[in-house]
Amino acid sequence: MSISTNALAKEASFTDERAAPLRQDLNIIQNWISPNSQVLDLGCGEGDLLAHLKHARGCKGYGMEIHPDSIVTCIEKGLNVIEHDLNHGLRHFKDNSVDTVIMTQALQAVSRPDRLLDDMLRVGQEAIITFPNFGYWRTRLYLLSKGKMPMSKTLPYNWYDTPNIHLCTFRDFETLCQQKSLKILDRTVVNKNHREKLSIRLWPNLLGEIAIYRVTR
Amino acid sequence: MPDTIPADSVGVVTPSVAQFNEPLSLRCGQTLNHYELMYETYGTLNADKSNAVLICHALSGDHHAAGYHHQDDQKPGWWDSCIGPGKPIDTRRFFVVALNNLGGCAGSTGPTTINPDTGKPYGPDFPMMAVRDWVNSQARLADYLGIEKFAAVIGGSLGGMQSLRWSIQYPERLHHSIVIASAPKLSAQNIAFNEVARHAIMQDPEFHDGRYLEHNTLPKSGLMQARMLAHLTYLSDDSMRDKFGRELKAEGINYGFTPEFQVESYLHYQGKKFSTSFDANTYLLMTKALDYFDPAQYHNDDLAQCLNHAQCKFLVVSFTTDWRFSPERSEEIVDALVESDKDVTYAKIESDKGHDAFLIPIPRYVAIFRAYMNRVAQELNL
Repeated sequence: MSISTNALAKEASFTDERAAPLRQDLNIIQNWISPNSQVLDLGCGEGDLLAHLKHARGCKGYGMEIHPDSIVTCIEKGLNVIEHDLNHGLRHFKDNSVDTVIMTQALQAVSRPDRLLDDMLRVGQEAIITFPNFGYWRTRLYLLSKGKMPMSKTLPYNWYDTPNIHLCTFRDFETLCQQKSLKILDRTVVNKNHREKLSIRLWPNLLGEIAIYRVTR
Repeated sequence: MPDTIPADSVGVVTPSVAQFNEPLSLRCGQTLNHYELMYETYGTLNADKSNAVLICHALSGDHHAAGYHHQDDQKPGWWDSCIGPGKPIDTRRFFVVALNNLGGCAGSTGPTTINPDTGKPYGPDFPMMAVRDWVNSQARLADYLGIEKFAAVIGGSLGGMQSLRWSIQYPERLHHSIVIASAPKLSAQNIAFNEVARHAIMQDPEFHDGRYLEHNTLPKSGLMQARMLAHLTYLSDDSMRDKFGRELKAEGINYGFTPEFQVESYLHYQGKKFSTSFDANTYLLMTKALDYFDPAQYHNDDLAQCLNHAQCKFLVVSFTTDWRFSPERSEEIVDALVESDKDVTYAKIESDKGHDAFLIPIPRYVAIFRAYMNRVAQELNL
């Protein structure tokens, strides 16, 4: 099985070079990363974030990707990209070998998100994870009213061909973190345009569409 | 050669010979006082000599990597699929140097050369070569051509070992090391295959302890067996099924031991062709160099430590059905490079062609190779 990066956020891909303006969620992430630190980007896609961190913040890092065209794009951008299926864990990396392990929109697409989360925090001091919220009110309403697996702009696949095999809600994720005794250092919840709003802050699991978590052990 | 030279071919090329009179100390303890290297170049060396690329060949390769020697050549050089105008190693931008390694049998000093001390071919007396000796001699060739630093050193299989060795041995003399379908050292299984091949050669009655040339003969049968065995380890089960299946040469089987299946006849053809075109002593020597290669052994078997002082960037490529140099072996190199904080890009190419895939222009392989070489050119403003 293969994981296509940004499996759900199809609409948001920049093709700009080097330190081009970043998608809002990536912009939030990059502010959480210390300059000149070591990063690992799981499912790095075309390397927008990695390129930005390299050129604007002096970070050194590797991207992991499985999609052939994305790998070529990363090579063209001069990034270190390693072809690897995240379902096989992070065995290329030793314990505590990087500062931050990032995974945007891929958690829900791996075969064992819980194990990958463990592995991310084995390799990195911190992990930054973004994923879509299956508890978003429209998703709940879709299932309730139509009785069918929800489809939307952020979840554009049929139930049988979706790469998103482990969708969860923010609450599910936080329960998992609690079970693993992980500390949530930051959480930002945004809408599908990756913007923050007051209402979302009040009822994140109902109104938020995408969450960005920063966790550590 | 085709009736007209294809636009993406380097065309008709002429090999050159470089003579070296400065003694070369070898890993085995012996010294070569004088030697020659046969080489070819494609493209033009730029004014600041920054666009040179070195191609390292594998077991049976040589200096003829691209283009044609004569108008009536049937086949181009062994890596013509990747070298030429518009190809991944684009000769409009890069100056490509390909040589026949020392100990080879395609023009460089080797077992078939006359030993100046005896007036007879070196034969089995030719010193055992190690990958590091090849790299040293390649560096001398670079000096001879006025190349201080290669934009990239590139090789597949045994050639990949040379490319990796370059990064350790001459860290300041290359910008990029490209290691394709290779390994940081051979496995026991690989050494075993080599030993079966060597055994076949050395047991041939015509081998005469390696002095077959003095007896005006060749250990053809041994070399043929060696090649047949090696050749089938370069293919995958799938590619053999696709290519031959159980097809017969003629209609019906005849309950005899002459080749009946197409695959038998193919192996016989390949083996026979090789047995008269390649030197048996060279084959022995090249397989030994493969077996001995293990740069990490001098660093507590820690490849990351061994690669620590490499300064270049790396591209590592493997192929899914390559069981002679499997993706896992390439990933050992990648892991060590990651551990020592080197810049590395790794691609595992889906292919059913086995080890031979590295010589075949598989679209995804070509796309990655091209993108990486574009990056090399961009970084060096070529």
